[in-house]
Amino acid sequence: MSIDTERAQQEKVEPPPGPVSLVRAELPRWAPYGILVASLVVVGVLLAVTGGFSIGLFVFLSAVLFGLATYLVSRVVEGARKATDRLVTIVVTVAFLIALIPLISVVITVVTNGLARFDAAFFTQSMRGVGGANDLAGGGYHAIMGTLIITALAAVMSIPVGVLTAVYLVEYGSKSRLARAVTFFVDVMTGIPSIVAGLFSFALFALFFGPSIRLGFAGSVALSVLMIPVVVRSTEEMLKIVPNELREAAYALGTPKWRTILKVVIPTSIAGIASGITLAIARVIGETAPLLIAVGITTGLNLNPFANRMATLPVFAYYSYAAPGVPREPFIDRAWTSALVLIIIVLVLNLVARLVARVFAPKTR
Amino acid sequence: MKTVRHSARARIAAVGIATSGALLLAGCGASNETAAPAGGGSGGSSAAVSGTINGAGASTQQVATQAWVAGLQTNNPDANVNYDPSGSGAGRTQFIAGGVQYAGSDSAMKADEITQAKAKCASDIVEVPVYVSPIAVVYNLQGVTDLQLTPSLIAKIFNKKITKWNDPAIAAVNAGKTLPDKAITPVNRSDKSGTTANFTDYLSKAAKADWTYPGADSWPIQGSEAAQGTSGVIGAVKAGDGAIGYADESQAKGLGIAKIQVGTTYVAPSAEGAAKLLEAATRGTDGGQYVFSYTLPRTTTDPSQYPITLSSYMIACSKYADAKQGALVKAYMSYVISPEGQQAAASKAGSAPLSDAVRAAITPAVNAIS
Amino acid sequence: MQQPGDRIFAASARGAGILILVVLAGVAAFLVIQAIPALVANPADLPGGKNIAVYVAPFVFGTVVSSAIALIIATPLAIAVALFITHYAPRRLAQGLGYLIDLLAAVPSIVFGLWGLAVLAPAMLGLSTWLNTYLGWIPLFAGPVSVTGRTMLVVGVTLAVMILPIITAVSREVFLQTPKLHEEAALALGATRWEMIRMSVLPFGRSGIISGAMLGLGRALGETMAVAIILSGSSIITFNLISSGNSSSIAANIALNFPDSTGVAVNTLIASGLVLFVITLLVNSLARYIINRRREFSGAN
Repeated sequence: MSIDTERAQQEKVEPPPGPVSLVRAELPRWAPYGILVASLVVVGVLLAVTGGFSIGLFVFLSAVLFGLATYLVSRVVEGARKATDRLVTIVVTVAFLIALIPLISVVITVVTNGLARFDAAFFTQSMRGVGGANDLAGGGYHAIMGTLIITALAAVMSIPVGVLTAVYLVEYGSKSRLARAVTFFVDVMTGIPSIVAGLFSFALFALFFGPSIRLGFAGSVALSVLMIPVVVRSTEEMLKIVPNELREAAYALGTPKWRTILKVVIPTSIAGIASGITLAIARVIGETAPLLIAVGITTGLNLNPFANRMATLPVFAYYSYAAPGVPREPFIDRAWTSALVLIIIVLVLNLVARLVARVFAPKTR
Repeated sequence: MKTVRHSARARIAAVGIATSGALLLAGCGASNETAAPAGGGSGGSSAAVSGTINGAGASTQQVATQAWVAGLQTNNPDANVNYDPSGSGAGRTQFIAGGVQYAGSDSAMKADEITQAKAKCASDIVEVPVYVSPIAVVYNLQGVTDLQLTPSLIAKIFNKKITKWNDPAIAAVNAGKTLPDKAITPVNRSDKSGTTANFTDYLSKAAKADWTYPGADSWPIQGSEAAQGTSGVIGAVKAGDGAIGYADESQAKGLGIAKIQVGTTYVAPSAEGAAKLLEAATRGTDGGQYVFSYTLPRTTTDPSQYPITLSSYMIACSKYADAKQGALVKAYMSYVISPEGQQAAASKAGSAPLSDAVRAAITPAVNAIS
Repeated sequence: MQQPGDRIFAASARGAGILILVVLAGVAAFLVIQAIPALVANPADLPGGKNIAVYVAPFVFGTVVSSAIALIIATPLAIAVALFITHYAPRRLAQGLGYLIDLLAAVPSIVFGLWGLAVLAPAMLGLSTWLNTYLGWIPLFAGPVSVTGRTMLVVGVTLAVMILPIITAVSREVFLQTPKLHEEAALALGATRWEMIRMSVLPFGRSGIISGAMLGLGRALGETMAVAIILSGSSIITFNLISSGNSSSIAANIALNFPDSTGVAVNTLIASGLVLFVITLLVNSLARYIINRRREFSGAN
């Protein structure tokens, strides 16, 4: 009883009427839904009366009113702390829903536009001979293979370097000058514009093989320059939050440091690392500008990244969009389908990364 | 925390899924490439050439190139031509550096570039127009069709001296049409392009008094609506009520196309008009016997010609160290300028086929390639 | 500690770090060598015929403004989304949702460009008009409103959408790593969910949030194709976010002008790339400085 009064005074709110109990007053479970429905109705009616009805405005005002009303009601009934909690819940949920809007919009746009050419021909044909006398539908098979090969090569180069660097930064280097330099310059690397990476890679290969050189591997190098800093930074972040207790426990058992890192530190953070690597791949697989310069484009299939031009999905999509032929539609359709395929590839990668994370992560729960 | 327990079976499963996925993807060649293209060896074609040549340059030629390569491969299944649509400037630079066997360029080579290219080729340079295309002035104005514009009006609209569609100056040449009281949004290319170069060249010559900028491949006026590429300009004009822009005529479907004053009449862009303009053009004198760089007569008064026309060139060496390569370049360029090649480009890329007179003039240059 | 395995591992980790420095030195050397001709050239020979600083200034401005808009919009949203996924959504739903947001990161930038142009630009036309009508007195919304909607505001929002999943992914992983004991202790003391988050999750995750934001910023600063496709940009400096005339960004300007440039114009573009490099360097140094001041919550060290 005395506790209750004290709290009531502290919050400058009268205790709810009725028999005093030790249990705090709480809004019934249906209250949030009730307030939501009420807000929708009020805003709907208001907008209908004023005549300025639009979906965007309706949703926006309803959300604002819902938040305010919940906060006020909860504050009166439950007190300020609970009210703030409820308000934050609403804000966070609304923010999440807002973030979903562009996602859904992008996916719908790509899928609806991309489905037009999402057919067998797209996955079995290249662009060689398309536009000639024979009426080929043309496809992106050559570009799909090119993207997979170039990105895989880039990943093979970037992931070990990136993860090892992160390990060095977190586990070995901590305060050394080299570590500080690496940290700093990795940050700088995140800012390399993709087109500059392409120029760099092209200049590098042109130095050895002459200016006519265009090969998939040059694209992989350009993508690696872009990918490594992302891998380093996300891995570093994940390694840092592995509790020191785990490391110390391992050392206490006499485990050498490298085994501790391989068997304890990395597995503990493997989910985060895998997620970061997937992000890094996603970041580069859709790059257009560097591949444009270093790899070029061709209409036929080339499976050898160490000789000649290769087609890649983003470049293929870009040219199909930017310089379509007559009639325009088949070109634009191919561009959208390329985008759709690109997204699907990353989706699959994502799934694999998650699978890997699940298999290799220690079972904690 | 429980002990670290890896499930071996799950691990094998993961690896298995990954590998089978990879195998699935690394299937076989593209279906359209495995079978040799049909219809070889018909009618009068020269002996089959083979090998690969690479070209780079103007993106305007890209789609036409696809049609040309497809045509070439009909008779020469072992020949391949790659084309990087990396831009005219990049194309010329790479050609001079020896990076590519031929270049596509929306503007003719400059004198010093020709000197450098000659040094690299150790032979004469072949430069011939292969892709001619009318540039349309496109607009998006509800209810207004058959808009007519004079060169001076176009200049004033694009340099924002005229800002409303119902401006008396526009109304004066569009008698009988109701022009809305709407702001004009001129749309230009945000990237460097041959289209811009030809459009500004036209304005600087045909509307000298109102357009004080020289012809250049980047738009001279800052702060106006700008869009990337032909697709970008078309998209912006489609999206913007009251917008006006310039783009390849073949891409202008669905938009209003202005008729341009030529002499005393108003002319709509057409393939014939573009081809006629090139026929009437004066050939530059320097560069050598095989360099056909034309100065288009922008101030023409002949209504059979359309003055806002882009002519894009193909640039090659007249002698290649590798004879096989030379033969392929020659076969390819011969096909490109042939009536069939020009027709293929016209139907697939919307260009204007070269006239017989121009073809007759440039054929010796192409034949000289070895 | 002196096992051979240990030495090999330490050496290879160190080697990887050094390799990164070498690669970066290569890129930097390339940039500087290629930029020098533009820096020493006669201003009359440069594009625009002006000093290189005058040439680059509008693009620097455009880059900073577009990235700033993106970061201002994306960071709070990303934190909220990460919190929602880790602490609000039911566990089963959360995984799916996290996956869904990751999907956004997978969308290539050219698609964002096409989407921004085809969907977002027309959709934001109403908002721009509204801003211009009611807030037109703020220079940001002075207008006249672009009829095509291809404005700095739209680019900022598109960039925000692009970097949202990056910031979210990093924040989410960090939030998930918050020591359970901290959270449970807060809850046991009677804290509400928000109080628990404020007292244990956010302070723990601060470094991760900043790190994620910087990753996102890096992408926004260097974004090429999306900006090039959407923005109606030119070489001007303007605070006006909703008009036809916008400051282009450095990366977009390079992409737009590189293909058809020759000679010293190419060097000028690369010099502008060098400037972008320096901007990122400054931004990241600032972020590092902030993170280092708050080191105490880091698990290691």
